[in-house]
Amino acid sequence: MQDALFYLFGFLTLLCGLLVIANPFSRNPVTSAMFLVLAIASLGGLFVLLHAYFLGAVQVLVYAGAVMVLFLFVIMLLDVKAEERRKIRGLTGKLLVVFGPLSVIAILFLFFKSLSAGPPNSDPNPTLEGGTIVLGKLLFTQYLLPFEIVSVLLLVAMIGVILLSKKDLR
Amino acid sequence: MKVGFEHYLILSALLFALGLTGVLVRRNLLVIYMSLELMLNAANLSLVAASHFSPGHSLDGQVFVFFIITVAAAEVAVGLALIVALYRRRQTAHVEDLTTMKL
Amino acid sequence: MNGLLHSQNLPWLVLFLPLLAAGLITLFTRRDRNLSAGLSIGAVVAGFIFTVVFLATSGWTPKTTESTFVWLSIGDLQIDFGLRFDPLSILMMLMVTGVASLIHIYSWGYMRDDAGFSRFFACLSLFTFSMLGIVLSTNFVQLFIFWELVGVSSYLLIGFWFERTAAADAGKKAFITNRLGDFGFLLGILLVWKNLNSLHFGMLQRIVTENPQALGALTTAAGLLIFCGAMGKSAQFPLHVWLPDAMEGPTPVSALIHAATMVAAGVYMLCRVFFLLNLPASNALLVIACIGGFTALLSALIAVQQNDIKRILAYSTLSQLGYMVMGVGLGGPEQSMFHLTTHAFFKALLFLGAGSVILALHHEQDIWKMGALRKKMPVTFWTFLVGTLALAGFWPLSGFFSKDSILATALEHSHPMVKYGFFALGALVAILTAFYMFRLVFVVFLGAEKSDGPGHAHESAPVILWPLRVLAVFSIIGGFIGIEYIYHRQFTSPEEAHALTFAQQLIHPFTAAPIAALGGLIAAVLGLAVAYALYAKADKDPLPEKLGALSRGMRNRFYFDEIYQATVIRIHEFLATLADWFERWIIEGFCVGLVRGGTEITGKMLRQVQSGNLQVYAFLFALGVAFVLYLALK
Repeated sequence: MQDALFYLFGFLTLLCGLLVIANPFSRNPVTSAMFLVLAIASLGGLFVLLHAYFLGAVQVLVYAGAVMVLFLFVIMLLDVKAEERRKIRGLTGKLLVVFGPLSVIAILFLFFKSLSAGPPNSDPNPTLEGGTIVLGKLLFTQYLLPFEIVSVLLLVAMIGVILLSKKDLR
Repeated sequence: MKVGFEHYLILSALLFALGLTGVLVRRNLLVIYMSLELMLNAANLSLVAASHFSPGHSLDGQVFVFFIITVAAAEVAVGLALIVALYRRRQTAHVEDLTTMKL
Repeated sequence: MNGLLHSQNLPWLVLFLPLLAAGLITLFTRRDRNLSAGLSIGAVVAGFIFTVVFLATSGWTPKTTESTFVWLSIGDLQIDFGLRFDPLSILMMLMVTGVASLIHIYSWGYMRDDAGFSRFFACLSLFTFSMLGIVLSTNFVQLFIFWELVGVSSYLLIGFWFERTAAADAGKKAFITNRLGDFGFLLGILLVWKNLNSLHFGMLQRIVTENPQALGALTTAAGLLIFCGAMGKSAQFPLHVWLPDAMEGPTPVSALIHAATMVAAGVYMLCRVFFLLNLPASNALLVIACIGGFTALLSALIAVQQNDIKRILAYSTLSQLGYMVMGVGLGGPEQSMFHLTTHAFFKALLFLGAGSVILALHHEQDIWKMGALRKKMPVTFWTFLVGTLALAGFWPLSGFFSKDSILATALEHSHPMVKYGFFALGALVAILTAFYMFRLVFVVFLGAEKSDGPGHAHESAPVILWPLRVLAVFSIIGGFIGIEYIYHRQFTSPEEAHALTFAQQLIHPFTAAPIAALGGLIAAVLGLAVAYALYAKADKDPLPEKLGALSRGMRNRFYFDEIYQATVIRIHEFLATLADWFERWIIEGFCVGLVRGGTEITGKMLRQVQSGNLQVYAFLFALGVAFVLYLALK
């Protein structure tokens, strides 16, 4: 059962990811954003499969619910039109089209080669762990300092955003 | 076939590759940014999987992902603010028009 | 202080005080004219006083002949820096400081209105230092260093009014011509060092006396190459062209450098190393005598038709220098030095007198615009007349004795053709000398006024007249105060028992060498008579009509400058153009251009990376990641 779910969610994620970057029907960024939301949601499902319940919830709530909404806000604020199809100009453009995907494939290839060299050992009997309480305990004891710093980071980001989005930055 | 660690890793790698291709190929700033988010999520997936399949079930991976999500959120906010400011100045979100740093 | 003024240290003070003055003036006192003049005059007058004291305490041949310290010591080569004390150098020291003192004092008055007053005195002091260095040096290297220093001082002083192109060019000409001579000089020094392994005068003299064949086949060559230095410095043919142009400098400079001291340095050097020249295997002396004689005759001929008062005196100097060099060539170093000393007195006197005239006539130098200055400037006239009589060789003035000694040396020579040939040459030059000098006196001081200038002239200030008077006295008595005796001690026998008294010296020439003495006197009188006949009442020069083309040749200095310009200068310019082409196209164009072009192309290629395109950068990231991963997972 769990395997089937894995394959389902995995396939969904990949499909949605593909549709984010290369949608044959619409080049509207809103379409890409919606498919990204779907991809994130299926990733949330995968998290749950991996017994990371809190994180699954966080993924859907924060990532899909807040971050992607922000994305959509901005897209609509800027009223970005559909991306025009432009001819690939210049030598750099043509080279990019060829070598870009090639480099991606190279990275993938390297990864798979290293993977086949030595498979990591996997526990055949995973237990039900990853509950919120345990995670919370860990956060507030062992990882307290990063936690506090991250909160400061959020504050800084907030201030930065307010400043950056002022009408005229003089 | 029993789903093991490798499966999750392969999935994460493919997702990462997709995100990277999106960054290289698409020319709308916002779509590029979204592909970037995709790459981040791929990393998150591999981390959670590592945490799950680790001996002793240490939750360090999950904590890591917690922080990554937080930072990603902050980063998205700031990045989008930058894009908004840029769009206000240049009236374009097309990456090929933004080459003032050309030598 | 006592130790500093100890007798042995006095010459060091004499040498370095002018240098100190020059340094102080250049660095500190340029604005204060009187202080600069005071420093300079003080340094040289103090030098003269110290020299007299040194002479009084140590005599003409001090016990310690040298005071040196090791300056450079590399392997076999050891070069000292020091001072040599023998009759030759002490007398030269006395003469240089004495004449220089008088000219320094004269300059104070002459250069009064000049803007570069302080600079003038700094250069004069530098020159005094250099000249003293030459006469006091102990070895060839030290001599050469000061030789070049004197050349530099001369350049600075000739081109003193450097805003005038003519003066700047004259300075360059002097320096470059000197350099040519110095090149030969250096070659000669190197030859001597290679064969005799020493550069010290005393050591060389000892080596050569023990072994006259020491220089082997190169004896004549070494002698002649060393003579090249004297050719340049003392303006012998063919390097004589710089001296007349050097008259562009102020008159005190002409008096000091180009009459009394610097040009004499060449003759001094020849006498100093005479032992290298009169070796039995060497024919150098004959060549030297020929060149000297030729120079004397050539310059005398040119002087006959010159119209600038300083040019006449310049050519006269050239002629007398030729005389001195001829004297050395005929085997008479002591006679040449004698003539050098007396010449210093009366030639300096003549130049300073000319300066007085020039100043009074507001820098007018053409003799055909002067005239009847005898009444307006009596002191100048009488001193100038004394100088002229001395130069022409009238008894009992100093010039008679010194010129006669050279003529006598000619007659003593063994070879008959040399004997009569050079005597005749000497006599002819004496006639010409008297002729052109009295031409000058008649036209400038006697006769009628030839323009408005002389009407407004008046006698010069005392500071100008007193040096004239002192030099006139020495011109009169210089022949019989025993100068020749001192040189005799240097060159013939260091321990001469007796010296002649004044009276004996007065008649000595007539008893020892009557032909020479009478010949000289007759020549002088002849020249005076012809000059009187032609110029006593002349308004303009009668000779050009009488002599036609010859006169034109004389006036144009026999076209030597033009010949040099057409040949030597042309070749030089060609070489310079060639070198310029090479530099521009091959070195700069090819070699440097290659580097520059290569760098430019590489830069252009690398610049393509910075395209400003975001995705290109991202692509490069991906490439980099792939590469790093490859390396990490290899």
